[in-house]
Amino acid sequence: MGSPGKEAYFPRGKPGMDPRFPLGPGNRRSRILGGGEGSRSVWVAVVSTLLFFAVVAILIVNSPGWSAPGGVRQLFFDREQFMSSLPKILGKFWRNVFIFCIAEVCVLTFSLLLAVMRSLPRGVFTPLRVLSSSYTILFRGLPTILVIAILGFGMPALELQGVPNSDYFWAIIALVLVYSAYVTEVYRAGIESIHPSQMAAARSLGLTRGQAMRHVILPQAVRRVVPPLLNDFIGLQKDSALVAFLGLTEGLRQAQITAATNFNFTPYLALALVYVVITVPQVLLVDRMIERDQRKRLAGGVA
Amino acid sequence: MTDPTLRIEGLHKRFEELEVLSGIDLEVDDHEVICLIGASGSGKSTLLRCIDLLEEIDQGRILLEGRDITSPDIDRNEVRRRIGIVFQAFNLFPHMTVRENVTLGPRKALRMPPAEASERADGLLARFGLADKADEYPDRLSGGQQQRVAIVRALAMQPDILLLDEVTSALDPVLVAEVLDAIRELAEQGMTMVIATHEMGFARDVAHRVAFLHEGKILEEGEPHRMFSEPEEPQTRLFLDRIIAAGRM
Repeated sequence: MGSPGKEAYFPRGKPGMDPRFPLGPGNRRSRILGGGEGSRSVWVAVVSTLLFFAVVAILIVNSPGWSAPGGVRQLFFDREQFMSSLPKILGKFWRNVFIFCIAEVCVLTFSLLLAVMRSLPRGVFTPLRVLSSSYTILFRGLPTILVIAILGFGMPALELQGVPNSDYFWAIIALVLVYSAYVTEVYRAGIESIHPSQMAAARSLGLTRGQAMRHVILPQAVRRVVPPLLNDFIGLQKDSALVAFLGLTEGLRQAQITAATNFNFTPYLALALVYVVITVPQVLLVDRMIERDQRKRLAGGVA
Repeated sequence: MTDPTLRIEGLHKRFEELEVLSGIDLEVDDHEVICLIGASGSGKSTLLRCIDLLEEIDQGRILLEGRDITSPDIDRNEVRRRIGIVFQAFNLFPHMTVRENVTLGPRKALRMPPAEASERADGLLARFGLADKADEYPDRLSGGQQQRVAIVRALAMQPDILLLDEVTSALDPVLVAEVLDAIRELAEQGMTMVIATHEMGFARDVAHRVAFLHEGKILEEGEPHRMFSEPEEPQTRLFLDRIIAAGRM
């Protein structure tokens, strides 16, 4: 499960790559080759798109399994089931919202700490650097659902004193651990994309390493990585559904329960719709930010 | 007898196998302006970066007002506060306005109250003809303006000595004069400076002493008029002949 699409965003662990511009040169628009201005080409685009989707819809609706009794139409597209399950799912979906909101805040701070640890000079700080890098290596290699299962079932079973035993708590911890590993790498790429001369300029003013990091390097680095950060958060929001595995009744678990009770899969589609409504605007926002950065860069602007 | 502002003794600096500085000795007195000349790669920039403790040195000593700043128990941040450096590529902070660039050092390194730091910054900016640029971001400024902001940023720390590393080399030729004029004014006001430069005419006008660097050593140094008209070392003569042939003097 993990987080699809993340690797495609930009190759991780390749220092020096500018995380702002992860898309290849193919994304650059040419007025001649693919600009698509002019009303005629707009009409062609609209008509061909409509035609394409019409054909797909007709193919699906006319497939043998569509309208037969107990077919797809009845199992997945039942209006009544949809209307009755949606409020139930929404009621539980707030738990997902709660989980990923808390997790996002924790991930932002925890991984910033790790990324700064990673960028400390070699020498006395080597243990911290090693700790941070082995953490990101390990947790990027573990399936999210496994971490959730191990922590969610294992930790409460330890019956530790003074540590919360709720599956909520451990589900959030598991998501934070997995996503911090990715976000640490994003931050690190951002930090490494700031030219060393900025550090030299800050140090030459007598600023300490920490002050230079705080006032000069990080503000620039974070600004550069906002789109990939948002991208990881979209992944986190989707993966909050994995928490259902612990038996915690959130959106997905509610959909499962409703589906099982009525022998109808429509609740899953209702949940999918909820996800689409919250994630798609964010995806579009990320795309727009990347496009804007790229335009700026092509125009020769800095930062 | 008082200590010179800066005194360098037997300085060696190596990058892996390549020895960039091989035994530099140099003294800079209070209010003195020294120009370092020499081909690219002769070690001028590295020497300046070593003085500001931005590079580790391999051998030798650097003394600032008689105090060894290369000894391990020195507070390097405190030393850097007293030495100003201006870089070839300006290295302004792009996410800060001009005023924020200039006040960062005083506010954070000297812990000066923001109002006082702003006052100092505005005074300096006005002196260098940048009063109306205080609230702009660096990328809205011309190269010459950016470099003058970088000079102001270094001056805001009220350093004992100012190091200038080929500060006009990245500039459009028509913008060089405004930066050189600013430095000339500083020299007239008695700022102690070490200037690495390819602008020989400027070096002749402004320097009290010129030092010629060749392959990591100071081959010859002296009063500018003598250095430019009758250099003693054949290497110095060769370098100056090339500069003249290139139309840079």
